[in-house]
Amino acid sequence: MKSLLKMTWVEAKLFLREPFGAFFTLVFPVGLLFLFGSIYGNEPSELLGGRGTIDISVPAYTAMIIATTSLMGLGITMAAYREQGVLRRLQTTPVSPLAILVAVTAVLFGMTLVGMALLVLAGRLVYQMRFEGQLLSVLAGLMLGSLSMLSLGFMLAGVMRTARSAQIVGMVLLYPMLFLSGAGFPRELLPATIQKVSAFLPLTYVVNLLRGLWVGESWGQHTTNVVVLSVLLVAGLAISALTFRWE
Amino acid sequence: MNTAVVVDGLLKIYGDVRAVDDISFDVHEGEIFGIVGPNGAGKTTTIECLEGLRKPDAGSMLVLGLDPQRDRRALRGLCGVQLQHSTLPERLKVWEALDLYSSFYEHPANWERLLAHLGLEDRRGAPFAALSGGQRQRLFVALALLPDPRLVFLDELTTGLDPQARRDTWDLIRGVRDEGKTIMLTTHFMEEAERLCDRVAILDRGHLVALDTPEALIASLGRGARVVFAVDGPAPPELRDALERIGQVQIDGDRVSVQGQASDASQLLVDVVSLLARSVVQYRDLRTAQPTLEDVFLKLTGSRSERGDEP
Repeated sequence: MKSLLKMTWVEAKLFLREPFGAFFTLVFPVGLLFLFGSIYGNEPSELLGGRGTIDISVPAYTAMIIATTSLMGLGITMAAYREQGVLRRLQTTPVSPLAILVAVTAVLFGMTLVGMALLVLAGRLVYQMRFEGQLLSVLAGLMLGSLSMLSLGFMLAGVMRTARSAQIVGMVLLYPMLFLSGAGFPRELLPATIQKVSAFLPLTYVVNLLRGLWVGESWGQHTTNVVVLSVLLVAGLAISALTFRWE
Repeated sequence: MNTAVVVDGLLKIYGDVRAVDDISFDVHEGEIFGIVGPNGAGKTTTIECLEGLRKPDAGSMLVLGLDPQRDRRALRGLCGVQLQHSTLPERLKVWEALDLYSSFYEHPANWERLLAHLGLEDRRGAPFAALSGGQRQRLFVALALLPDPRLVFLDELTTGLDPQARRDTWDLIRGVRDEGKTIMLTTHFMEEAERLCDRVAILDRGHLVALDTPEALIASLGRGARVVFAVDGPAPPELRDALERIGQVQIDGDRVSVQGQASDASQLLVDVVSLLARSVVQYRDLRTAQPTLEDVFLKLTGSRSERGDEP
């Protein structure tokens, strides 16, 4: 337990020392919020169901953080640790090798929470963001969305041979998702044909669930999202367990 | 004498290659035991089987009285390990690595003291990526010593180090042995094996071809010491005749080598020099040469080991 805590602490420091990851998790989404806030403000709009741009952007950008930490953060970190022999070195110690997986997951989930907190803070203080949901419900949705996307990241690390290929594939998956799932900007703005494509992107279901819970919709209204994300979580974990290699 | 490691009939097959083919040996407690051999000889495979990282296809092993596969968990607290291909996260600092790894062991050695002992004190806040090759290896030695182990595995520890850093590392390893720990290392530098190891096992294509102290291995060659010198111009035939009464002569252009019977060169040297003094031959660059482990290795494996000094 002591070593797990220490490992988590070390991983958190390593995360913050990597400027790329820290920037896209903690700085970029808030910057985006200010950018679109300064363009559109937070006036209620018909198109957005009577809510303002900021109101719907905060849960969407949270989904964006989830995608970034999972596909860039986790996939690349684990593939690099394997490639550089970091995992193998750990294997020679009495600590359970699972500890590193738990530590990395905990740090990325924690950073997602911090990133979301920064968004909420900025939205509240600067744009009088409206929040009609329930905190616990939103946090549960965040957890489901985050863990299922992280399992996708683990799968990526397991299937890809090198950190470099994990990075390339991670990017190729990440960018269309950011633009087409509604995480980067509202899906309502996309043409109907492209909206159909987004049905194939896992992140779309994270965005839908978070946006829904954010405005106070019940879990019962989101059965599809919950089922898709749960299947992704289970399948991701199973494939990761089968493909995971320490070296 | 207690044994730290017993290997009996170890076999490891990759595809259709017998990487380690039925080898057996014991490692005594408190010695520096070296495994040498060319690339692909099976050195790393052998040591990784003992570390429990690889599962052998046949044979039995006991490490500190435990089975590396069955008692893996217990053994990991007792052995220190340095791996050939392994690094730390680039931005991890020296002290963080030591602090983190010491949390893995029940009774870790004092890492602050290790840091000072290994001369890394002024690098404690440096990230791993900023360390020199020698500093990285010292950090890996420190990590291997963290469990306060009875047995330390070092796989190609000095590969990639400059000659000075390599010599410093030898002193370090001797110091560890003098604390009563057993060291098992692999190297492809014959000079390193000869100077550092108490006993040496020579592997070739998965087979154990020799195992003894470096001195005994060299003596087993049955070659005496040599006196080597150069002459100006081609060596006159009468010089060859005279030298052949002293020992076995080999002339290669202007280079002359005389090999005696004894392994000690003193008498041979006196004989050769007094003969040269009496003759009219101009000679230079005279020196003595002892057979080395390199010669043993050449004879046994028919291949030259890699040079001790890399470009």
